Amino acid sequence: MTAQIVWDDIDEGTEIGPVVRHPDSQQLVKYAGASGDYYQIHYDKDFAQGTGLEDIIIHGALKNAFLGSLVTDWMGPQGNLRRLSCQYRGMDIPGRPISARGLVTGKYEDDGDYLVDCEIWLENEQGQRTTPGRATVSLPKS
Amino acid sequence: MSTAASFLTEEMRRQAIGQESEPRSLEVEKGAIIKFAEAIGDGNPLYVDEVAARASRFGGLIAPPTFLRSAVSARPDLPFDVPFERVLDGGSDWEYFEPVRPGDTITAVSRIDDINERTGSIGLMLIQTIVITYTNQFGQVVATQTNTSIRY
Repeated sequence: MTAQIVWDDIDEGTEIGPVVRHPDSQQLVKYAGASGDYYQIHYDKDFAQGTGLEDIIIHGALKNAFLGSLVTDWMGPQGNLRRLSCQYRGMDIPGRPISARGLVTGKYEDDGDYLVDCEIWLENEQGQRTTPGRATVSLPKS
Repeated sequence: MSTAASFLTEEMRRQAIGQESEPRSLEVEKGAIIKFAEAIGDGNPLYVDEVAARASRFGGLIAPPTFLRSAVSARPDLPFDVPFERVLDGGSDWEYFEPVRPGDTITAVSRIDDINERTGSIGLMLIQTIVITYTNQFGQVVATQTNTSIRY
């Protein structure tokens, strides 16, 4: 585990990640089982193509989880995740790498908590942000 | 796909907003947390290593932030029929208040927060915002999740 980051050391513009993920069809099946989301567009290619998709696609909620891991790994064991949001703008297909990354957009104190706002996103090999989002964490001050 | 220019009336919006689902409960099992963490590829010891988690400030394992997704909530019924068959997940916005631990019983209730229609490249769409509130067995709200879904 990396050393704990602290609020005093964070600045606007501090980069988070990138963490490159390589989701494959096996991971999608595991996620379907673990989450209970058995919609066939995530593991049955014929079914997916029958709905007009080019291939099976990664669960939006799994992409949400990738962004969650990006932020919780970065904030360390003393950090608290307060808010995590994302929008599913573009579809991602297993077998292609996707990068999770982020940028600190602000830091402030609120009622004794030291908070950091971040812009976070997943981007595909073409650099398109398929899944933009935001996160807020609290960190130890120093 | 509907070709109608409009579907949703103000009256229908008023009827829909505030509709709540029945509550559904999930007992959080340690094995389910570990399986979920493995499935998302997250080896954080707080989720998978009982010994390390016991030594942490949480005093034991906790669930990853999006684990509650597996506490599948019932969908609130719309008080009218909808002529759209397909659903797209538009996004999710979580707020966290308390950790989720093995042994917790989490009750999820979802409520229609807003509903609107829009015409886009895929035709007429119904955009619904649903807020799911997750409450533990102590009556603490552990998280809320605001989901946007698009029906077309």
